[in-house]
Amino acid sequence: MGLNRRDFLKIAGVSSLFGLGGKLAWEVLGPGALEASTKPAPLTAAKHWAMVIDTRKFKSEADMQKCIDACNKAHNVPQIPGAKEEIKWIWLEKYGHVFPDDEHQYVSEAVEHKRFLTFCNHCTNPPCVRVCPTQATFKRADGIVMMDMHRCIGCRFCMAGCPYGSRSFNWGDPRRYLKEPTNPEYPTRSKGVVEKCTFCEERLAKGLHPACVEASNGALIFGDLANPNSEVRKLLKENYSIRRKPGLGTAPNLFYLV
Amino acid sequence: MIEKALTGSKGYYTWLGFLGIFILTGVGCYLYQFNEGLRITGLSRDVSWGFYIAQFTFLVGVAASAVMLVLPYYLHDVKAFGKITILGEFLAIASVTMCILFIFVDLGNPVRILNVMMYPTPNSILFWDMIVLNGYLFLNIFIGWNVLAAERKAVAPPKWVKPLIYISIPWAVSIHTVTAFLYAGLPGRHFWLTAIMAVRFLGSAFAAGPALLVILALIVRRTTGFDAGNEAIKKLINIITYAMLASIFFVILEIFTAFYSNIPSHKHALQYLFWGLEGHNKYTTWTWISVVVGILSALLLLLPWTRNKIGIAAVACAGVFASLWIEKGLTLVVTGFIPNPLEQVVEYAPTLPEILIGLGVWATGFLVLTLLYKIATDVKLDPNSAHVH
Repeated sequence: MGLNRRDFLKIAGVSSLFGLGGKLAWEVLGPGALEASTKPAPLTAAKHWAMVIDTRKFKSEADMQKCIDACNKAHNVPQIPGAKEEIKWIWLEKYGHVFPDDEHQYVSEAVEHKRFLTFCNHCTNPPCVRVCPTQATFKRADGIVMMDMHRCIGCRFCMAGCPYGSRSFNWGDPRRYLKEPTNPEYPTRSKGVVEKCTFCEERLAKGLHPACVEASNGALIFGDLANPNSEVRKLLKENYSIRRKPGLGTAPNLFYLV
Repeated sequence: MIEKALTGSKGYYTWLGFLGIFILTGVGCYLYQFNEGLRITGLSRDVSWGFYIAQFTFLVGVAASAVMLVLPYYLHDVKAFGKITILGEFLAIASVTMCILFIFVDLGNPVRILNVMMYPTPNSILFWDMIVLNGYLFLNIFIGWNVLAAERKAVAPPKWVKPLIYISIPWAVSIHTVTAFLYAGLPGRHFWLTAIMAVRFLGSAFAAGPALLVILALIVRRTTGFDAGNEAIKKLINIITYAMLASIFFVILEIFTAFYSNIPSHKHALQYLFWGLEGHNKYTTWTWISVVVGILSALLLLLPWTRNKIGIAAVACAGVFASLWIEKGLTLVVTGFIPNPLEQVVEYAPTLPEILIGLGVWATGFLVLTLLYKIATDVKLDPNSAHVH
């Protein structure tokens, strides 16, 4: 059968929305039958998703804040006061915090005082996936490090494993802090599970760019690293880029142009 | 045999009641945590494991009490351990019970705990830890119970127990190794990323477990009249002494590598522990207490004119236990998160409900231990029982 369980459920869900049921659905969804009609939109076809963060293009922190706001709104990320219980998918950090190995006392003033966007690196060798005891966090064939918040047992091994601090845990009930109206397109979470950036896989499935990319005015560039003609590949070919903590062998898929 | 746990002196019931108060308080606090989430603890986004996981880590070490008796007794025929071995095995059962409970109370979603078995994941060390801990628990239950039951009937233990006993020896090594691997394989956590982590765990386990056992054996002697024998206690003290010295030596090795190499990220955690980092120093006092008490206790156990006085030796054993509790049950886990991956120092201290839940788990462990020891000593003291080697 040419469909995996996930795709089957997706199609089954959509088809039941349109009233396809019973015998008809089985005939349509039978092996091979739907292959042609589910041909993915171009954005869903990548082999290796990656993002280039062109820090030169952000004119101010307000520009970066737009990306953060777009993400928080799209994913119902609660704004919890105080650092202890914060949920962060994408946020701002000083140069020395994002690139601790590259910091030195004579770094240019522009860089020293600048803050950088940081979020899940969707590592090629993700330690969080290696340590998760239930495969609640897993790597997809297209490179996205995903989170199944319905399977997570809340052991937080992934948070100890992530060398970038990119994972947040719902210490309490996050719904208490959600401002109405929430985005009905994306589920809110319950307490006791870990969450993080998912490269907006729910938008990619619809052929849309990630929310932060859309709000970035061209400073965040998203694309397929496996495609030599993609924009990300072109940018990486023409510019000097850095990644966070490359020495750890995690092979991050966020590239910073500084 | 279970009926022996149901009858006892007034002191016995008072002690059970005392433990019961802590257990009930712990259960109450746990219900609060279950409803509110782990926000009632001192844990944070930056220090995401704390008191619970540290207790678990330390107690895996205490469970080693069994192997340090089983190995000499069954493999090298050290007859002096004939009477005390059951106490070690039952202490292991109580310790592993506490380990499993501490993991349970640390989970954000305890109702989903069976997901670990429903989606077995061999690349996760936590999956293997579940296997080795449960395995060690059942090995000790089967071995301890059957050997004791045979003794009560004055017959030799069933033949199938022997292979289990031999399996339990390397199995004990596996629980420390796998637990160390939880920490030692994480990129970016420099304090934990050390190849000697597993051997450090073994060193401190072979000191802390037997140290508690010596104290327990002395308490059992005073309260029940069952005497494990001075010979056994002296031999245990030798084991504790050298395991403790090895433990101290391993810490010195860590300090050398970090400071001689002069790599900042390797030094940070140790600096935090001994002197504080960027003005944060919640654990420096604890660390120095652990160091001073640990070294003094090791010396008391090493020098002949102190180690031969059972009172002093018992105090030194308590010192070893306390020193290693601070190291494994408090600082080792927390310091792994300091500084965080973004090189910021965020400190952690357990909250009152968190400590009460922890005390509840400890009390549960001691309840299990008391019931098992009651059964064991009653059987041992029964004139109709016979010890068959």
